[in-house]
Parts: sequence; C-alpha cells; structure tokens
Amino acid sequence: MNQSATMFNPRLSRRRLVAGLFASAFLAITLAGVAVLGVLIVSVAGEGWSSLSWKFLTNPPSRLWPENAGLESALFGTVWLVGITIVVTIPIGVSAAIYLEEFARDNRVTRLIRLNIANLAGVPSVVYGILGLAVFVRWLRFDRSVLSGGLTLSLLVLPVVIIASREALAAVPSSIRHAAYALGATKWQTVRAHVLPAALPGIITGVILSLSRAVGETAPLIMLGGLTFCTAVPDGLRSDFTAMPIQVYNWLDEPQPEFHHLAAAGIIVMLAVLLSMNALAIGIRAWKQRKRLW
Amino acid sequence: MVTMMKHAYRPEQASTVMVTEARPVDDVAHSPPTTDEVIRTERLTLRYGSFAAVKDVSMSVFASRVTAIIGPSGCGKSTLLRTMNRMNDFIPGVQVEGQVVFRGEDLYAPGSDPVALRRRIGMVFQKPNPFPKSIYKNIAWGPKINGYRGNMDELIEHALKQSALWDEVKGKLHDSALALSGGQQQRLCIARAIALQPEVLLMDEPCSALDPIATARIEDLIHELKTRFTVVLVTHNMQQAARVSDVTAFMYMGELVEVGDTNMMFTKPGNPKTQDYITGRFG
Repeated sequence: MNQSATMFNPRLSRRRLVAGLFASAFLAITLAGVAVLGVLIVSVAGEGWSSLSWKFLTNPPSRLWPENAGLESALFGTVWLVGITIVVTIPIGVSAAIYLEEFARDNRVTRLIRLNIANLAGVPSVVYGILGLAVFVRWLRFDRSVLSGGLTLSLLVLPVVIIASREALAAVPSSIRHAAYALGATKWQTVRAHVLPAALPGIITGVILSLSRAVGETAPLIMLGGLTFCTAVPDGLRSDFTAMPIQVYNWLDEPQPEFHHLAAAGIIVMLAVLLSMNALAIGIRAWKQRKRLW
Repeated sequence: MVTMMKHAYRPEQASTVMVTEARPVDDVAHSPPTTDEVIRTERLTLRYGSFAAVKDVSMSVFASRVTAIIGPSGCGKSTLLRTMNRMNDFIPGVQVEGQVVFRGEDLYAPGSDPVALRRRIGMVFQKPNPFPKSIYKNIAWGPKINGYRGNMDELIEHALKQSALWDEVKGKLHDSALALSGGQQQRLCIARAIALQPEVLLMDEPCSALDPIATARIEDLIHELKTRFTVVLVTHNMQQAARVSDVTAFMYMGELVEVGDTNMMFTKPGNPKTQDYITGRFG
C-alpha cells in the first residue's frame, strides 16, 4: 500500500448509505404531497361525479332545485373576469417589466419600485378586495359589476405578471443586446426586435400562471359583493356577475346535501380549468426549450 | 526614426497593401501620420468606480491596417477597444477622461451620438453571438434599422462572400443561424458587422472560443478584410498578433507600455516588460 492511500479514509459504504437515505426521504415527501392531492381529487370526484353533466355546465344556478342547478353564469362570469384581467394586465405588466428591466437606471427610486412590486405580490388578496371596493365600486362608481371584479383581479395579479416578465427579460443573454447595439440599434429597436421575442415564451408562461391564480380567487370578489346570487350570464362590462369559486361557496352554504354534490362538481370543473391552464404553460415552456434560443 | 519604426509597413506586406492604399511608406514616415489616422485616443483614462481599467492611454489606429492590442488578462485591452465604439456605456459606473477621436470628432464629446457611431465602427465579440434567427435575418437587420436603401439580397451575398461564408451557407440562408458551427457563427457575426460597410472593425478576441482550424480561417479572413476596413484586434494570443497584425500595442495593468510595428515589437521590443511578456516570462 503506498503512502497516499493511507492518508485517505473514504468510508464509501457509509457515504453511499447517507446518499441513499436522503434520496428515499425526498421521494417519500414528494409522494406525500402528490398523495394529498390525489386524495382530494378522488374525494371530490366521488362526491361530485354524479352531478357532472352537460346540463350542469349550461344551466343557471338555482337555490331551490338542485337537480336543475348549473354553473353557467359562474363559468361565463369567470371567463369575463379572466378576459378583462388579460386585457388589463398584459399591456401594463409587460410594459412595466420592460421599463424596469431594460430602461430604468439602477437608482434608489427604481430599487424602491422593484421592492414594492415584490411586496405587492405578497399582499393578501382580501386587501385587494378592499381596494377594489373603495376605488372601482365606490369611487369610480362601476358598482358591483364584472368590470370592477376584473379590474380588482388585474391589480391582484399585476405584480406577479411584472415579476415573471422581468425574470423572462433578464434571462435573455446580454450578448444578444450587445450584438444589436453594436449594429447601431437604439435601445427600443434592440428590445423590440430581439429581447422581447426571446423573452416571450417566459412572459406568456408567467401570465398564464398568474391568470390561473385569478381564476381561483374568491376573497377579493366576496369583498366586492360578488357573493350575491346571480343567475344571468354577463352581457356587458357593467353586468352583475358571479364566478366559479363564489358559486361553489354559495352551494356549500346550503343545508341540503344535494347542493354539496353540486359544489363538488363545481370544484371538478374549476380544477379542470386550472390544470389545463397550467398544462398550457408547461407546454409553452417545453416548446421554448425545444427551440433552444441560445 | 522612432516614428518610422512605429508606423512603417511590414516589408513583406508593403507591396500588397500599397496596391489598395497607394500611399508611399516614406510619406507616412516623414510627416506625422495624420491623414490616414482613423482613431486616436488621447490621454484616455477609464474607471469602473474607483478602479482605473485604462490609464492615460494615447495611441493611434491607422487606415487599412490591422492593429493588435495584446497583454495579459485584465490589462484593459478589451476595455480600451470598447471605448472606440462606446460599448462601455452599458456598464454602470463607468467614467471616461480624455478623448477618443474618430475622424476628427471626439466620441465622448457631449453631443456625440453612439448610435450613429456604431454603424461606422463595427464590432465582433469574443463569443459568437448571432441572433436566434435565420442567417439572412442576422445580416439584414443591421442595414434595415440603419435605413439601407439598396438591394438587400445583394448586400447579404456580398457580406457573406467577404466573410468567406457564402459557399457554406448559400443554400440555407433561411435556416437558423444557431445550427452553424462556432467558427461559422463567428464568420456570420463578421458578415453581419461588415454588411453595414463600417470604416473600422473592432474585434474582441474573436477566436478565443474557436478551435484551431476555425481560428486559422478567421485569421485568413482578417488578412483579407484589412484591404477594405481598418481592423483593431484584441487578442491574448501573441502568435495571433504576430501573424495577422501590422501594428501591435502592448498593454499592462491598464497602461499602454509600447506600441509599434509588429515585426519590431516581436523582435526588438523597446521596453523590458514587453520583452518579458513576449518571451513568455509572465502573462
């Protein structure tokens, strides 16, 4: 045995054992998380499956006849809310992210704005509900309309959209920017032609994920007064509205078990919408990786 | 005598260069070389915060010649190069003192516009950085944003021929530039730069990410390019400087130690530090 071999005591079997223990522990924890989700889905599906039908999606809700009650107004209410949120947040959120990431100087004011946006992303949603009530419902007199609801949800997801878009822009390598500047491009030409297209998949992913948060929000809409019973599909920005989570909440409030089955069916529909939105976001990310931009 | 040494052509190249430039060597030697001086830095100091990356550098770059800037890592050679098209502007906290004079205008004067400047002084970077777009679009974009009014297809073909890439890509101009090899990508970046018909081409270690064969092709290309463009080449590779340049500047710790005719610099350097660096005693 040479001398260098005696200087090391690798304890390989012990190190491998520790590595194996950690791997199994992480696997167990991961499976526990998945199992909880599985139990939730199975129990909800078991309770709500019988109420799920085409009729459930196309009938208005009812407080008296659970056999005829449906999700129509809530489903379309959610579609309206998401539509308004898209129209408001994408231009504002992406513009703000472009400004902060590409144009703003790194000074105290910019840093304060960035810090504030990060903090706003963590503000409880019910606080946005109070803000929406004060500003959109009372001050701007939009009343308890789908417009007020959509604008409130926009405020709620705007910080998340800005942060996700900024990260997507920051991930574009600076060598691309320098290549463009060296050809005599202005900052805007560089951003418009190269940085924004390269960041777009990341921005879209962030927007979809934050919209799926908007779909599931209940508290701010309750603050706005969206809890009122509403059977009509919105036909304009000033219409009354209800949304899927609110309708689920309403049904759970009824004493009869039939309504609880309806609530479970509503949850299934909501989960289906959310999971398909997330799947779309994952798909866009995979497509971006296949394209291998740099 | 010193002036002549610094700015004379290398004898073996004089004949080929003379054809394109038609300027007698003696003329350059006896009068101060102001007429064909393209860029001159004058007492240029550049600081990142409190750190001076370039200290009091005065040097000239002459038309239709390859000027190499050599020196060890961190000596400020890339920083000096980037003052010549103001690419240092994007680094926060950069302060510049002194002047960079391009065709009689100070690039750092208050009214000077770096966007207008960069069309006339092109740049090739250390790592090939094509846009994630087609070969065609990579070249066409620069002329487009600079309001080029000629025939774009012809311009692109010409630029690719000048950068010795045409034969390899002529059948796939609309394929992604990222499918090219590293050496091809770098020649594409050269084509992209020269499509703007710049007066000067700044090259920042253009071969450091390339294999020896691709490096040799780029070096051949630099030889051809200097008939049309003035080239400033930053390299950490002394052999490369010796092979392709006419004038060599040696920088050390932010200072310009010595500048002169490449042959002289590599055979009889005037400064012991240059001697030590060239003979491989440090760096």
